[in-house]
Amino acid sequence: METVKLIIDRRPVEVPKGTTILDAAKGMGIRIPTLCYMKLEDLHYENNPGACRICVVEIEGRRNLAPSCKTECTEGMVVRTHSPRVMNARKTVMELILSNHPAECLTCSSNGYCELQTIAHDLGIREIRYKGEMSTFQIDRSPSIVRNMNKCIMCRRCETMCNNIQTVGALTAVNRGFNAAVSTAFERDIAGSTCSYCGQCVSVCPVNALSGRNTQQPVLDAIADPDKIVIAQTAPAVRTALGRDFGFEPGTLVTGKMVSALRQLGFDYVFDTDFAADLTIMEEGTELLQRIGKYLNGDKKVKMPLMTSCCPGWVSFVEQHFPELRDNLSTAKSPQQMFGAIAKSYFAERLGVDRKRIVVVSIMPCLAKKYEASRPEFAVEGNPDVDISIYTRELARLIRYANINFTDLPDSDFDRPLGESTGAGVIFGTTGGVIEAACRTAYELYTKKPLPKLEFEELRGLEGIRSATIDFDGTPVKIGIAHGLGNARKLVEEVKNGTSPYHAIEIMACPGGCIGGGGQPFHQGRMEVLRKRAAALYQEDKNKTLRKSHENPYIQELYANYLGEPCGPRAHKLLHTHYFDRKEAVNMFIQENQEK
Amino acid sequence: MEKIHLLKIKLKELEAVCNEHHNDAGELINILHAAQGIFGYLPREVQEVIADRLNIPVSRVYGVVTFYSFFTMTPKGKYPISVCLGTACYVRGAEKVLDEFQRQLEIKVGETTPDGLFSLDCLRCVGACGLAPVVTIAGKVYGRLSPEKVRDILSEYYLLEQV
Repeated sequence: METVKLIIDRRPVEVPKGTTILDAAKGMGIRIPTLCYMKLEDLHYENNPGACRICVVEIEGRRNLAPSCKTECTEGMVVRTHSPRVMNARKTVMELILSNHPAECLTCSSNGYCELQTIAHDLGIREIRYKGEMSTFQIDRSPSIVRNMNKCIMCRRCETMCNNIQTVGALTAVNRGFNAAVSTAFERDIAGSTCSYCGQCVSVCPVNALSGRNTQQPVLDAIADPDKIVIAQTAPAVRTALGRDFGFEPGTLVTGKMVSALRQLGFDYVFDTDFAADLTIMEEGTELLQRIGKYLNGDKKVKMPLMTSCCPGWVSFVEQHFPELRDNLSTAKSPQQMFGAIAKSYFAERLGVDRKRIVVVSIMPCLAKKYEASRPEFAVEGNPDVDISIYTRELARLIRYANINFTDLPDSDFDRPLGESTGAGVIFGTTGGVIEAACRTAYELYTKKPLPKLEFEELRGLEGIRSATIDFDGTPVKIGIAHGLGNARKLVEEVKNGTSPYHAIEIMACPGGCIGGGGQPFHQGRMEVLRKRAAALYQEDKNKTLRKSHENPYIQELYANYLGEPCGPRAHKLLHTHYFDRKEAVNMFIQENQEK
Repeated sequence: MEKIHLLKIKLKELEAVCNEHHNDAGELINILHAAQGIFGYLPREVQEVIADRLNIPVSRVYGVVTFYSFFTMTPKGKYPISVCLGTACYVRGAEKVLDEFQRQLEIKVGETTPDGLFSLDCLRCVGACGLAPVVTIAGKVYGRLSPEKVRDILSEYYLLEQV
């Protein structure tokens, strides 16, 4: 490999040819500030427009300052990253950005997590010398995502994520100069765009221009209402990330502390979405076996491959971009919605109370879950199965709000019966986990034999698209897995063209799966955060005594006493759903005109 | 916004343009240029057809349309008025001329009169600085204009319409 030698901040360094000054400095432990630049190597995400100019450095012999994110190292280069000239320029750039940024840090929900704020602090900005016109955009509030362009610094990270990685194509930069903004086609509200609410734009936004919709107050109101029975359900990925907001290392499991915190907040019952994940496996696994059975018997009408339906961002994506394939989606509701349906039927009956007295609050790593909970088909006479969905960062805020010292909390266990789960339910939070959990159960239901080995290593990892053939005792079952909607699109195109080799496909909309969800504490471009969260979930699975969904005694009891058979009539009524064609009117429009 | 039905013949023309450019997303700007030539402007429907043809999100088409000042989403008038605001015209009072057009027509720059007769735009230098300030109306050049002459010029076109 060809290398070049150069000097950065008086220290010699040798790097491969083609390395940028930014990367070379990073390797030496020199942290040049960046705003627009962001790279997540495992996900092939790179936003590098060279727009913000906060990363400029001085190069000896070069007349002007150079953006370090865009400038390659050359032989003999002498670079200074914090000379007076560099720092003056950086401060000027920062002050110019801040001159059109609302100074409302104290009331901003990103206070303390904002990259702009951190850099302004590190640069020691104490006044803004430039005064001028301020942007006055209307704030756009969708069920999941809030867009406040007055805070936008036009780094375009969100646009890169939405288009290049997720291929959703909802966000775009519009207009130019001072009026430039990130918006949607024809500047509609997000709710009227092709947005799938995956929330990945929020997770890369360095400021608070894109943020999750805040629904903490309704939770506090419900808890304060003596007439309400308030139930929490916590998704698997939350426990791997919540600790980050309280100073724990990335990927630290804080399950026990989280349960204690929820009790201290005042929830009447603290249950686990993992229980509903086990239930999902019973339904989805049974559905998979039914479809494979029909398919192998030559039934041409059965839709293959079966596509998972746990992820609401993914479901929206299918409804909007591939509505013709919506019958390939499993009809099984997502764990969040299954939990709500069971809590407000089975559990309400056990308590002997009307479902309207129960408030189900879900704690999710996800912004799309807010939208999912609000879908009208998930309600009985206007009473939603899941009343409020909050995301991981909101739970962290609630914990601080209620004066809870999270770090020192003792561990405690979930309540029964809806708090018991197996390792299979736990791994739902990472890419490959749902299909691995389904295989554990489907294998044993199909072959009537115990699994020789529980871990399906071939289904794990962070590769964007993975595939494996699982031997169901002589019947090969072909599995496809994708995370990130851009990768999902590739698998779906195959299904559309009739070239998909798979029997079952697992999709999670967010890169990494739910561990990388739009509601999780910010990774700020650090890939290892996602890797550690995934490892934590597999560890929690390993720690469990029961690791197959069908062995969960409370699931068995639920079927025996209430639901009957998996995919039976009652299970169908409570635990299954249907999907809609939400494709934009564009095709209809084209057809209409061709008819004329 | 009311749905605009594109004329089938023009739609065919647009599709031909897309095909000529091999439905290549890299040709977006050229295709938009041609589309504006066909329709006179780039309404939402035209952008949707182009996005569909090139297999790109319509948001991207819209982003490009709003970035370049040449592209417009408002239909132009039968007699498009362009007021030159280049340096020479500007120093000789082009802004006052522009103001007078806005006042007389009761529209702002970039808008079209409700009767569809006039649209008003400004541009930078038509290369006739000796005639400053210059205005072009439907291709016809008017030089050495002053605000007082605006009313008379507009009357020419109103008369033309009455005939």
